[in-house]
Amino acid sequence: MRIAVCVKQIPDPATPYELDPDSHYVVRPNDQVLDDTDRYGVEVALQLAEATEGSVTLVSMSPSGNLQGIRQALAMGADKAVIVDDESLRGSDSLTTAKVLAGAIQREGFDLVIAGTESTDGYTGVVPQQVAELLDVPSLSFAKKVELAEDGAVRIERQTAAGYDVVQSAVPVLVTVTSGVVEPRYPTFKGIMQAKSKPVDTLGCGDVGVSPTTTQTIQAVEPVPAREAGEIVEDDGEGYAKIVAMLEQVKVI
Amino acid sequence: MTDYRPPLRDIKFVLEHVVGLDDIAALPDFEHVDRDLSFTVLDEAGRFMADRIAPTNQVGDAEGAIHHDDGRVTLPKEIRSAYQEYVAAGWNAVKAPMEYGGHGFPTSVGIGVMEMLTTANMAFSLCPMLTASAILALQHHGTEEQKAIYLEKLISGEWTGTMDLTEPQAGSDVGALTTKAEPQDDGTYRITGTKIFITWGEHDVADNIIHLVLARTPGAPPGTKGISLFIVPKYLVNADGSIGERNDVNCVSIEHKIGIHASPTCVLSYGDNAGAVGYLVGAENQGMRAMFTMMNDARLHVGLEGLGVAERSYQQALEYAQERRQGRAIGAPKTESSPIIDHPDVRRMLMTMKANIEAMRALMYDNAAALDWAEHGVDDEQRQRGAARAALLTPLAKGWGTDLGVELTSIGIQIHGGMGYVEETGSAQIWRDSRIAPIYEGTNGIQAIDLVLRKLPMDGGKVVASYFDEIDALDGPLGAAGLDSIRERLAAGLAVLRKATDWIGSRDDVNDALAAATPYARMFGIVAGGYYMAKAALAAHSALGSANGDAGFYAAKVTTAQFYAEQILPQADGLLAASTAPSDSLFAIEPEALRG
Repeated sequence: MRIAVCVKQIPDPATPYELDPDSHYVVRPNDQVLDDTDRYGVEVALQLAEATEGSVTLVSMSPSGNLQGIRQALAMGADKAVIVDDESLRGSDSLTTAKVLAGAIQREGFDLVIAGTESTDGYTGVVPQQVAELLDVPSLSFAKKVELAEDGAVRIERQTAAGYDVVQSAVPVLVTVTSGVVEPRYPTFKGIMQAKSKPVDTLGCGDVGVSPTTTQTIQAVEPVPAREAGEIVEDDGEGYAKIVAMLEQVKVI
Repeated sequence: MTDYRPPLRDIKFVLEHVVGLDDIAALPDFEHVDRDLSFTVLDEAGRFMADRIAPTNQVGDAEGAIHHDDGRVTLPKEIRSAYQEYVAAGWNAVKAPMEYGGHGFPTSVGIGVMEMLTTANMAFSLCPMLTASAILALQHHGTEEQKAIYLEKLISGEWTGTMDLTEPQAGSDVGALTTKAEPQDDGTYRITGTKIFITWGEHDVADNIIHLVLARTPGAPPGTKGISLFIVPKYLVNADGSIGERNDVNCVSIEHKIGIHASPTCVLSYGDNAGAVGYLVGAENQGMRAMFTMMNDARLHVGLEGLGVAERSYQQALEYAQERRQGRAIGAPKTESSPIIDHPDVRRMLMTMKANIEAMRALMYDNAAALDWAEHGVDDEQRQRGAARAALLTPLAKGWGTDLGVELTSIGIQIHGGMGYVEETGSAQIWRDSRIAPIYEGTNGIQAIDLVLRKLPMDGGKVVASYFDEIDALDGPLGAAGLDSIRERLAAGLAVLRKATDWIGSRDDVNDALAAATPYARMFGIVAGGYYMAKAALAAHSALGSANGDAGFYAAKVTTAQFYAEQILPQADGLLAASTAPSDSLFAIEPEALRG
């Protein structure tokens, strides 16, 4: 099974980063890390590839930097990576991103595409479905478990508010996985060494047939408003009712 | 206990700007190593240590190792499974030679992995540390056959190693040991005797334990000249490498200690029944030579424990200081209490921790780099210079580093106030764990003597003189960069250190040098720390011009170095008098009169 996994290099969330004063974009450091939520998708892909003697190709759109984030996923065991790094893609909206990823995936060939549900830096949460649409394949979303069905189809347990649905599709198909779908492996030292010599293709927009049409700009960035004081409920014997009402109001019950 | 955050940026900064990793990676022996790859290794090691090892620290302390009546010692299951994962991932083999399955990375990268392992769980880290010592001993002194049997499994971590030196009457004076080794017709020896304080001497985390035991053969000369080194495996190893019969070495008991509860400290008895089978390493009576091979490495690792506990304590104290609200800081709004980090005294404590941690990290990594040069330099000159530098820095890394470990973890408790004295915050454990490090692997008193009597006179005093010249050479660059307070305090510190060094060198009575050793070693550590902080400040200062998203990080490096120069370096002045006082006052009172 040829598996493509969408992954992203992001600035390390553990270290403070700066915004470019003119564009308001994050100043991309040379060292970036693999988005932690992508580790789940890579792990699922590796397990399926091991079961089917298949291959795992990482697909990414991001400034290459020193490729540290990509190498982290290669160190887990992925076979190769394709990264689209093009200055004109800076600040792309989700549709442009999806077109680029779909173009790169198409170029590589695939039976299964795996993605996380959303990135840790962008949080749009719509790119995988756009990619599926552009590739003209079904999208199975929010998988908390992924397995191969007898006839080579892919079956998932789709997380829902009440429990889960069992959904199945023949390949080719796109699956998004939640954090916790599997326990991602830690790269071994050997894996890290091997990752160094695994192929990484760096492509431009032209290679994937996309002309960026991004028109969005960031007008201003405001600091997060200070936290306001909490509301105190005095218990006059009916306090619980007020608390229940408050919880209902914020829709947690 | 709070989560451990591996200080990767600080580690990389030291490797890049203070230690010169690029030059080491360029050595022919390290063709497979470069900076990016080394940093990737550190990133992944950090993630592993934080996620898999650090969570075992508290349970390791609370449950500890347990000794059973049949001689078995068991560890909490969390420690067992973490050890297996650690071995499977290959982290035990970072700097071991490639011909035996190691990864052949520089010690200066290996020390980063080891720092993070130690910080995540110091008691756990002792097992790989002792194994590393056994690997070194066999690598340099073992026969080809011994290497073939033991090295690969020790390097992978499938088997662990121990160093069995101490006996009840033979601690700092290792020459007083009495464990016997009787030669047999088949070329092996039978070992009988008792050893104490054997770290990880018995456990259930790995399949076999390879004890390296110091013992005397019949008729051996007294003292250290009559000591031989033997391999005594827990299970004998069959010709095909598989595990065979149980050897006659048994764990009689384990110690109940202040800290490092997950590190079983064993009393081992050899030869209660048939006699323990031992295999001679090197020649008879050459055991001390093998010990010295391991000593630099082991002492640096113990120094690293001082750094590790201080780092963990700092992270925890910093988080607490940001959350805990008490009192109102000057200028804070009247209506709310301030996080204690806003109070000057708390800030001073945190800065004292941070500055000392950065200073000792730089010294220890420089020590590791010196070991790389000593072993992998391309010519004799490079190798000798590296060996001499490592020899000079080792007693500082061990002595100064582990004294600071105890002091800084105590400050970590202080920042927590009363909660620091309560076990559940975890800061107490870190302090308890730290307390052994100034004692074992040569007490800090012995480190100071080593510095004064063995290291200062090296090459007629040229080694230490050239280290001082290196410090001097920063004067110009510091002035040019406008880092005046650092320049002035470093020059002042170096001046008093030189003065004390000259005084010690000029004394005829060796007791004077011995009496001065401890305050002098402290002074040396403080000034050396100032040197590394100044180096870091210069690197950060020039990086500030081209900083890409990292300006805050580099600015903090400069500020921390300034704090060190202004608040910590001046302590060297205060040690001058004690470092240059004759020994008379130490011995003026008869022992009986000391009772008062």
